[in-house]
Amino acid sequence: MAERAALEELVRLQGERVRGLKQQKASAEQIEEEVAKLLKLKAQLGPDEGKQKFVLKTPKGTRDYSPRQMAVREKVFDVIISCFKRHGAEVIDTPVFELKETLTGKYGEDSKLIYDLKDQGGELLSLRYDLTVPFARYLAMNKLTNIKRYHIAKVYRRDNPAMTRGRYREFYQCDFDIAGQFDPMIPDAECLKIMCEILSSLHIGDFLVKVNDRRILDGMFAICGVPDSKFRTICSSVDKLDKVSWEEVKNEMVGEKGLAPEVADHIGDYVQQHGGVSLVEQLLQDPKLSQNKQALEGLGDLKLLFEYLTLFGIADKISFDLSLARGLDYYTGVIYEAVLLQTPVRPGEEPLGVGSVAAGGRYDGLVGMFDPKGRKVPCVGLSIGVERIFSIVEQRLEALEEKVRTTETQVLVASAQKRLLEERLKLVSELWDAGIKAELLYKKNPKLLNQLQYCEEAGIPLVAIIGEQELKDGVIKLRSVASREEVDVRREDLVEEIKRRTSEPLCIC
Amino acid sequence: MVVREKILDMVIGCFKRHGAKRIDTPAFELKETLTEKYGEDSGLIYDLKDQGGELLSLRYDLTVPFARYLAMNKVKKMKRYHVGKVWRRESPTIVQGRYREFCQCDFDIAGQFDPMIPDAECLKIMCEILSGLELGDFIIKVNDRRILDGMFAVCGVPESKFHAICSSIDKLDKTSWKDVRHEMVVKKGLAPEVADRIGDYVQCHGGVSLIEQMFQDPRLCQNKQAREGLGDLKLLFEYLTLFGIAEKISFDLSLARGLDYYTGVIYEAVLLQTPAQAEESSNVGSVAAGGRYDGLVGMFDPKGYKVPCVGLSIGVERIFSIVEQRMKTFGQKIRTTETQVFVATPQKNFLHERLKLIAELWDAGIKAELLYKNNPKLLTQLHYCEDMGIPLVVIIGEQEMKEGIIKLRLVASREEVAIKRENLVAEIQKRLSES
Repeated sequence: MAERAALEELVRLQGERVRGLKQQKASAEQIEEEVAKLLKLKAQLGPDEGKQKFVLKTPKGTRDYSPRQMAVREKVFDVIISCFKRHGAEVIDTPVFELKETLTGKYGEDSKLIYDLKDQGGELLSLRYDLTVPFARYLAMNKLTNIKRYHIAKVYRRDNPAMTRGRYREFYQCDFDIAGQFDPMIPDAECLKIMCEILSSLHIGDFLVKVNDRRILDGMFAICGVPDSKFRTICSSVDKLDKVSWEEVKNEMVGEKGLAPEVADHIGDYVQQHGGVSLVEQLLQDPKLSQNKQALEGLGDLKLLFEYLTLFGIADKISFDLSLARGLDYYTGVIYEAVLLQTPVRPGEEPLGVGSVAAGGRYDGLVGMFDPKGRKVPCVGLSIGVERIFSIVEQRLEALEEKVRTTETQVLVASAQKRLLEERLKLVSELWDAGIKAELLYKKNPKLLNQLQYCEEAGIPLVAIIGEQELKDGVIKLRSVASREEVDVRREDLVEEIKRRTSEPLCIC
Repeated sequence: MVVREKILDMVIGCFKRHGAKRIDTPAFELKETLTEKYGEDSGLIYDLKDQGGELLSLRYDLTVPFARYLAMNKVKKMKRYHVGKVWRRESPTIVQGRYREFCQCDFDIAGQFDPMIPDAECLKIMCEILSGLELGDFIIKVNDRRILDGMFAVCGVPESKFHAICSSIDKLDKTSWKDVRHEMVVKKGLAPEVADRIGDYVQCHGGVSLIEQMFQDPRLCQNKQAREGLGDLKLLFEYLTLFGIAEKISFDLSLARGLDYYTGVIYEAVLLQTPAQAEESSNVGSVAAGGRYDGLVGMFDPKGYKVPCVGLSIGVERIFSIVEQRMKTFGQKIRTTETQVFVATPQKNFLHERLKLIAELWDAGIKAELLYKNNPKLLTQLHYCEDMGIPLVVIIGEQEMKEGIIKLRLVASREEVAIKRENLVAEIQKRLSES
C-alpha cells in the first residue's frame, strides 16, 4: 500500500513537471520525454482500482439531443413526414449496421470514412454510411420491382466533424425514393415537387434547386477533350464550383490533376452557365454538344422534366446548372441540389447559396449490383439534410424569442394546503385515465407558490387546485396560468371543462 | 412498420401525458462509459473497430447513457423518455422477439423527491400502456432489492454468493422451484437448509397483506434492509390504490431481475395467457420492467454526486410480435400508406391534366397519388386504389374537360358524382373530414 502511495506521489509530481513544461512552452522533444516518463509511471500503477477517472463526453462528432433540441427536431420531422405521406410513400427501416461486404465498393473514395465494427468472432459488420445502399440491398433481397418509400434514420461517417457548421459523424438523413420502371421523368418531377414543398413549409427562407444530368456532364467532358480516365476526378473538381471560384477550380484541374489548359477552358465555357428551360433549348442547339449522344439524352430528359415542373407550378424554383456535379458515384441520370439563398449584400447582385439542404438524383444501376442476376431496378430519390435545417430553425426560434415547450402537459394538479397528497394522487389519476396530460409535484406538501412557478417555467396552461374548503364544497379551483383567473368547477365536471378549454384552437385557457 | 408506428405512438402518447421530456443520445458511447456497468452481460456489448480514434461501443441500453447525460449536464432533476435502438450480441431467438438490434422505450424520473411517488407513477404508466395496447390481461410483479438481500442474509446465504443466488431465483418464472433449488445447491454450492429457507419465502406472492405478513415474519423483521424495503412497498401500495391499479400489482418474492444497478423497488410486467396462448412460445416473457437505481449517476460524477433514479422500459419488440401474430390470426388488413385521393383518367394523352390536378391537391394538403404512366388504363388505376385502400378517386377525361367538372368516385361504393372543377378541393376536404 505504501509502495502504491509512493508511486502515486511520483505520478503526481511528474504530471506537474509536464504541465510546467507546457506552460513554459518548452521544446516539443523535452515535453515528449517527460510525458513518456509519466506514462511509464502510470503503467506501473496498473489498472485503476476503485473510481474510474475518465472524461464525461459523447464520442467525437456526435451529440445528445436535449429536450429543447428534440422539440425542434420533432417539429421539423412532422413537416417532412407529412409531406412524404402526402405523396403516398410507405415507411421502412433497416439495421444500423450492414454486412461489411454490402457496403464495400459502393462509395468510391469515401469508403475510408466508414465505421467498422470490431471482429468479435461473428460476421464482419459496418455502420451504414447512407440510406440509399441499404435501400438497394432491401429491394434486391426482397425481389421488389417497385416501391415508393421514405426512411428517416441516422447514418455514420468518420469525417472531420465541424459541429458548428452542422457537420457531424452521426447525423440524420431523411430519404424518399421511388423505385421501378415507369414512364420517363414523372417520378423525377415528383421528387423535385416534394423537395420544394418541404423547403417551403419549413419557412427557412428562399431556396433554389439546381438541376443537371450525369449524361450531360459526361457528354460535355467528352466533347471538351477530357480523357475518359479523368472523368470522375474532373467531376469532383467541377463539384467545388459552388464554394470556390472558377480560377481555383481550373488551377486544380490543370495544376493538380494534369488536365490540358485548353480542355479546362472549354469546360469553363459550359460550367459557368445556368438558367431555365431556355438554356436546355440553347444547348440542344449547341454544335458540339448536340453531336454527343449521351448529352442529347440528358438534355431531352431535362426538357421533359421542365414541362412537368411547370405543370407542378415549381419551374421558377429550378435552375439548370452545368456546374452541378455531386459527389457520389452511383448517379446515372438527373441530379439535383437545393440551396438556401442568402439575400445579397449589394442590390442588383445575385443571391448567394449558403450550402445545400437537400439533394438527390437518379441511380439506375445500384440495385443491379446486389441482384445475383444483375437485374436492374431504376431508382430516383432525394435526401433532406436535416441537421443543417435543425440549426436554422433553432436560430430562427431564438431570434423570434419563441418559447419552445419541451412537454405537452395541459394541467398541473396542485394543493393549497398540507396533507392533500392523497387527493392529488386520486385527481391526477382521474385526469390521466381521461387522456388529459397532467402532472403533479413529487412532494407530499408542496407550497402553492412553487407549484405555480413550476407551471410558468414549463408553460403549463392550467392548474387544478385542491383545497380543504373546496373539497367540502365538492369543487376544484381551475386556474388559468396566463390570466391568473380562477373559477370553481364541480368535481364531476372537471374533466369536461379541461377538455373544452384545451381543445380551443388558440388555447385561450 | 405501420404496426410498430401505431404501438410507438401509443407508448409515446402515454409518456407525454405524464409530462416527460424527450432526449436522444448517440448510437455509440466511449467504451469506457459502458465498461463495468452491466456485470456479466458486458461480453454482449458490440465494440467498434479501433480505427485510430476513440474506442467506442454501441449502446447496450438507454439507462447508462441517461446516467451519463445527467452527470455530464449536471442535471439534478429530470423526467424524460427515450425511444431508441440498442444492440446486444445475444443469441437471437427471433420467434420470441429477441434480436441483436431492438427498440427500447424508456421512461425515467431522476431526482431527490418524497418517497415512492415517482415510483408509483412509473407503475401507473406501465398499466396505462399495457391496458391501452389491449394485449389482454397482465400482472405486474413487484419486489425490492433490499428485501431480497435481507432475505438472503436471514436465510444464511454467504454475501459472496448473493449475486449468483439472485440469478438463480430470477429463473423461477420459467423454471420450477425444484430445478432452481438444484442449481443453487449443486451448481452454486449453497447449503440445502439455506436453499429450503429461501424456498419458503420466494414461493410467496400476494397483495399488500403479504407485506404485512412479512413485517411480522420473525426472521425478516430482524433485518434492517428488509424492513426498509417492506416499508417502502407498503407506502407504494397505498399510492397504487389511490391510482386505481392495486389489483394489477403482485408483491412477488421470487422477482430478482438481472441488472446490477437496481437499489430499491423492482418490477416486471407479464401477460397472462389463456391455455391456448401458452402453447405459442411467442407469448412468454415480460413485456415491461424497471426499478429504482440510486447509485448509477454517482458512478459518472467525478465527485460521486448521487442522483436517485427510478424508471421503466417497455419491451416493444415482444409487443410487436404479439400484435403482428394476432393480426395474422384474425386476417386484419392494414394500410401501409395514408393516401386519400387517387388522380385517374380513362383516356390517353391526359398526363398533363393529371399532373396539374394532383399538384393542386398536394398544395391544399391532400394526400394524393397518380400512376407513373403516360397513358394508364382506367381499370388498372381502379385496381391500384382497391389494393392500396385509397378511398376516393378523381377522374378527369375529355367529357369532364368539356363540362368543366371532375368526377369524384367512392372506391368502396363505386358511386360517382360530378363536381365543378373549382369546388373540387373543398368537396374532397368536406368528405374526408366526415369519414
